[in-house]
Amino acid sequence: MPTAAVTNAEKTPKSAGPKAQKKDKGGDRRLKRIDVTMKRNQYKPDALIEVLHAAQEAFGYLDEAVLLHVARGLKLPLSRVYGVATFYHLFTLKPSGAHNCVVCMGTACYVKGGGKVMEALQAELGIEVGETTPDGQVSLMAARCLGACGIAPAVVYDGEIAGKQQPDQAIAKIKELQG
Amino acid sequence: MDLTELREVAQAEKERQGSIRVHCCTSTGCRAASSMEVFRNLEAAVEEHQCGDRIEVVSVGCMGFCGQGPLVQVEPGEQLYEEVEPDDAGSIISATVGKGTASTTQLDPHHPFFAYQTRVVRQNSGNIDPESIEEYIAVGGYESLYKALYEMTPEAVVAEISNSGLRGRGGGGYPTGLKWATVAKMPGDQKYVICNGDEGDPGAFMDRSVLESDPHLVLEGMAIAGYAVGANHGYIYVRAEYPLAIKRLQKAIQQAKKYGLMGSQVFDSPFDFRVDIRIGAGAFVCGEETALIQSIEGGRGNPVPRPPYPAEKGLYNSPTLINNVETLANIAHIIREGADWYASIGTEDSKGTKVFALTGNIRNNGLIEVPMGITLRQIVEDMGGGVPDGEVKAVQTGGPSGGCIPKQLLDTPVDYKSLREVGSMMGSGGMVVMDQDTSMVEIAHFYMEFCRGETCGKCVPCRTGTVQLYGLLTKLLKGQATEADLEQMKALSYMVKDTSLCGLGQTAPNPVLSTLRYFPEEYTSLLVKPAYLNGKTAEPKPVSV
Repeated sequence: MPTAAVTNAEKTPKSAGPKAQKKDKGGDRRLKRIDVTMKRNQYKPDALIEVLHAAQEAFGYLDEAVLLHVARGLKLPLSRVYGVATFYHLFTLKPSGAHNCVVCMGTACYVKGGGKVMEALQAELGIEVGETTPDGQVSLMAARCLGACGIAPAVVYDGEIAGKQQPDQAIAKIKELQG
Repeated sequence: MDLTELREVAQAEKERQGSIRVHCCTSTGCRAASSMEVFRNLEAAVEEHQCGDRIEVVSVGCMGFCGQGPLVQVEPGEQLYEEVEPDDAGSIISATVGKGTASTTQLDPHHPFFAYQTRVVRQNSGNIDPESIEEYIAVGGYESLYKALYEMTPEAVVAEISNSGLRGRGGGGYPTGLKWATVAKMPGDQKYVICNGDEGDPGAFMDRSVLESDPHLVLEGMAIAGYAVGANHGYIYVRAEYPLAIKRLQKAIQQAKKYGLMGSQVFDSPFDFRVDIRIGAGAFVCGEETALIQSIEGGRGNPVPRPPYPAEKGLYNSPTLINNVETLANIAHIIREGADWYASIGTEDSKGTKVFALTGNIRNNGLIEVPMGITLRQIVEDMGGGVPDGEVKAVQTGGPSGGCIPKQLLDTPVDYKSLREVGSMMGSGGMVVMDQDTSMVEIAHFYMEFCRGETCGKCVPCRTGTVQLYGLLTKLLKGQATEADLEQMKALSYMVKDTSLCGLGQTAPNPVLSTLRYFPEEYTSLLVKPAYLNGKTAEPKPVSV
């Protein structure tokens, strides 16, 4: 991936800076949100994680063009930006599904059957953790710990946390999301 | 702002508050059980009964009994309602005004779960609205900061913290006063205070609860720390998984700035202190202090060798004080009540209280704050009410760095030294209870999977050692491992422990070692039977650790 990104960058004509990309993304307002975050942090390189958070919020994921845009804005080598984006679990380089489902796999949830919920969802959706269904509807993810151990096992459906989940409940909820 | 003005704010707030307060928990745990709807319905019911002049519905932080949420408490009085449904709200207000009874069950406030607690850090949790600085000021908030700034020298503040005997609550247990004194002594104009809110241990959520329920307490502790060590800039590093905590912290910082309690010239003194929030991005290793510093600087969270310690060369190469959320939440109370008061709680070598997240297979789930020295049995059996069906097999403390304590050692007192002696550690305070159905090998496998995924990849023993240990445990669980594999697992565990760079690798084998120590038969029973036995079982060999 980093090699691919660099080759891509080399292929782009010299004049094609962030502006040209903006055009590529259809005069994207989302890029503006990244620019605002960079400006607020005075384009300091140490704001990289903040900027990546903003970028992921705007685009849903971080593709090559976005990483390149951030690298240029903060005057950082692309390798550094890529290195940070891949180090942290929260950043994703692939687009996620229309809906997402995060199963907590923390100790308390695990002891109370979080693993069974996960297995049931994997079987139901036919995908593994970290994957998206082929129709792009649901992404299945695992969390290290949501800190909601009092209501274990916990599952987050589209940002809404639900506690004391059983496999059949989780499957029903996923079917509801799929419509 | 001076002390008189602060007290005027407190007085005005006390007069504003209704004579009866209905506290509704709106922290993450209860929110998941639709407590926001309960809150809105309670407000609507007050309106309906036209008793808004007497009764005030307050959105408060965590009350601790998270397993039975949403919780609603009526103050003054002893009514504490559990598992409140949105439809129960009307009847709770009716009962409060003396018309009828509530349609939901009540908890006994004298139950050991509450009675055994000594609340210092969590004193205000569940009693005040975390989004209102006035409520915090009304319970004496920011008076400690004033006292430190105007009545004490920085040296006196450091001495007070040292005398209190407070030790780091993030896991290491390093004496807080000593850490402060080291940073205070460092030369240089630019120093930093960092609040470590990267609570990564699965099964632990006390820092989230403190940040969500009482954010000003942490800010006040940071400001006092800044004054004591000579820092004018603080960072709070919070996990991105805690959106509510981040939101409430942001609000708290704004409010404190507005009152002149944060920013330039705090309390009109020459002391400046600004606080910035840094949001993590999901990396367990960032709880390690040097990795956390790398992350604040915008890099990968790779730990760096110590020394130099952050106290000498930390954030942006300046002397840096790093304390955990819970540690900082103790500071304001120590300054207000005095070191002697704090030192009178707890045991000889572990002073004060500790917040634990009591979870797993246990009847009463939730957060508890207990004096150090209380035994595990009192926590698990009396406060926690034991295992719902069956009996306790082991208690896991300290997360992926800790160990499993078997039931025969339940009389171990909870303090830094005793827990270490039984092969576990205090950690940040996760306490997961396991029953007879839990396989210890599976638990070790689970933690090794965790460490394998969370290693930063910088040093070899941790990067490859955790992968190999995970592989061996998988082999064992599949029933394909031989005695030689078990021996190799032990040898590898010690190697990873002794040669890794940071705390993550050094403690990663602990769950394996502690389960091997107390439950060797679970390991040996999974071994491949040698062919010469012809299907007959042999006496399992004792495993020495």
